[in-house]
Amino acid sequence: MTSIAIPSGMPQYDDAPRFDVARVRADFPILGREVNGHPLVYLDSANTSHKPRQVLDVLDEHYARHNANVSRSVHTLGTEATEAYEGARAKIATFINAPSTDEVVFTKNSTEAINIVAYAFSNASLRPDADPRFRLGPGDEVVISEMEHHSNIVPWQLLCERTGATLRWFPVTDQGRLDESGLEDLVTERTKIVSLVHMSNILGTVNATSRITARVREVGALLLLDCSQSVPHLPIDVVDLDADYIVFTGHKMCGPTGIGVLWGRGELLAAMPPVFGGGSMIETVTMAGSTFAAPPARFEAGTPPIAEAVALGAAVDYLTGIGMRAIQWHEKELTAYALDALGSVPDLRIFGPTVPVGRGGTISFALGDVHPHDVGQVLDSLGVQVRVGHHCAKPVCSRFGVPAMTRASFYLYTTTEEIDALVAGLEQVRKVFD
Amino acid sequence: MQLNQLYQEIILDHYKRPHGRGLRDADDAGDRVAEAHHVNPTCGDEVTVRVATDGTVLHDISYDGMGCSISQASASVLHELLRGRGTGEAFEVHEAFVELMSGRGQVTPDEDVLGDGVAFAGVARYPARVKCALLPWMAFKDAAARAGVGVSPEVKA
Repeated sequence: MTSIAIPSGMPQYDDAPRFDVARVRADFPILGREVNGHPLVYLDSANTSHKPRQVLDVLDEHYARHNANVSRSVHTLGTEATEAYEGARAKIATFINAPSTDEVVFTKNSTEAINIVAYAFSNASLRPDADPRFRLGPGDEVVISEMEHHSNIVPWQLLCERTGATLRWFPVTDQGRLDESGLEDLVTERTKIVSLVHMSNILGTVNATSRITARVREVGALLLLDCSQSVPHLPIDVVDLDADYIVFTGHKMCGPTGIGVLWGRGELLAAMPPVFGGGSMIETVTMAGSTFAAPPARFEAGTPPIAEAVALGAAVDYLTGIGMRAIQWHEKELTAYALDALGSVPDLRIFGPTVPVGRGGTISFALGDVHPHDVGQVLDSLGVQVRVGHHCAKPVCSRFGVPAMTRASFYLYTTTEEIDALVAGLEQVRKVFD
Repeated sequence: MQLNQLYQEIILDHYKRPHGRGLRDADDAGDRVAEAHHVNPTCGDEVTVRVATDGTVLHDISYDGMGCSISQASASVLHELLRGRGTGEAFEVHEAFVELMSGRGQVTPDEDVLGDGVAFAGVARYPARVKCALLPWMAFKDAAARAGVGVSPEVKA
């Protein structure tokens, strides 16, 4: 057997940052449980990730020791809670290399973050004195893609209905890549905002955005990237990405549910009208009218999810401690392994890129004619947890001519043994439904 | 193994060799024909059920759809059980099936009433799959109401 050596001076295979998966797994209490008499094989992290002890402890500690409302108390507990909440904001800003902490708006999740931007456009469209970049009307266009999660489709459909603007979209190629061939015709002087998924939750595709960004800048539109699936898995730098907004959600990145992030360029957030009205988002209120706080407070009406934000800060610490480059590399190796392994299953069709390049560790597939529900049910009986259905991306299913798909998705705690368990489980599915 | 309770031979048989599949026109020109299309929004499964009736007898129940083994086998069993039955009788069977599926595995089905439908008793233990089994039955209920034969007295023709 011959081995091929990488010439010296080039990056060597062993130079890639790595971590000890067994040690990481020991941080996640849930990974020790059994499902239907089998060890848990969790392959649904694109849906939600598990939480390490370090995050659970912070959540617990917050309620046990520092619980108070934020931004309105002079007492000690209130000060501690506020410091923890704002400290989490600063950690997240650093994590995505935001130029300013004030550019990080806490939301409930990505869906709410996208809706805040869409409703800010809506509100601006009703006010003649609003910043023209956010004003929409007949003749204006919003551009999305066929690859989006429903949360990046429906808010824009509703916005277009309210304003009379037109919704257009990038198609998807047979290989599951964004079809940019019509870029010049699609993104034009009529375009006000382009809102695209950074990494597809169903095809796993990671979209290369630089050509689109250049075109968006050329026509003077704005760019939002839905980074729900990329921020948890790849190093993300908002300055490098050169987007105007990114959104992501805490529960997919080892944090709790109920907390997400809207990042926006400071100057843009400052020019946007508020969306939710209430406490904390005001400057002053009289019975005749109100003026509003600067961002991020302007977009955080009411008592926020304080403990969740603090725990998301702990999740960011945890991920940073392991290293996002190392996590990305781990998942790249897993993806290469899984694509090979799934390729060995007879009658299995992968939707999306079949090479581990420009894609993440989320793989959707069909097993012959067996319906994904049935695939998922048999796998569950073996302890293997995958997602089945349309994955909140029905247009993608339609694009590939299927009502539903089976999806396996990986994270930093996923092992190659778990992928072997999936492949063995698929053999079992074939036996039941042959 | 638990899985065998869910995927009973009868269910797999109806799935692999469905009875009466395909939407059909009425044989009798005097029949009222109506259909209903139902989808399960959580998984994207869909089924269309068409009813042909003279108001007292369900002359035909035809269907078409895309979905998992449970939903498609359930449509096949529905066709088998209710086609050619009087409407009153059919709705008794309908009620028994809905009761079985809502029983979380605690209801003992009556084979005389439900026939092959008893195989779905195991499905009732899987809350995530109950909707699959009920999909064609709910579509049938709507289609029947549209054909003028309602399940409940107030919509009965």
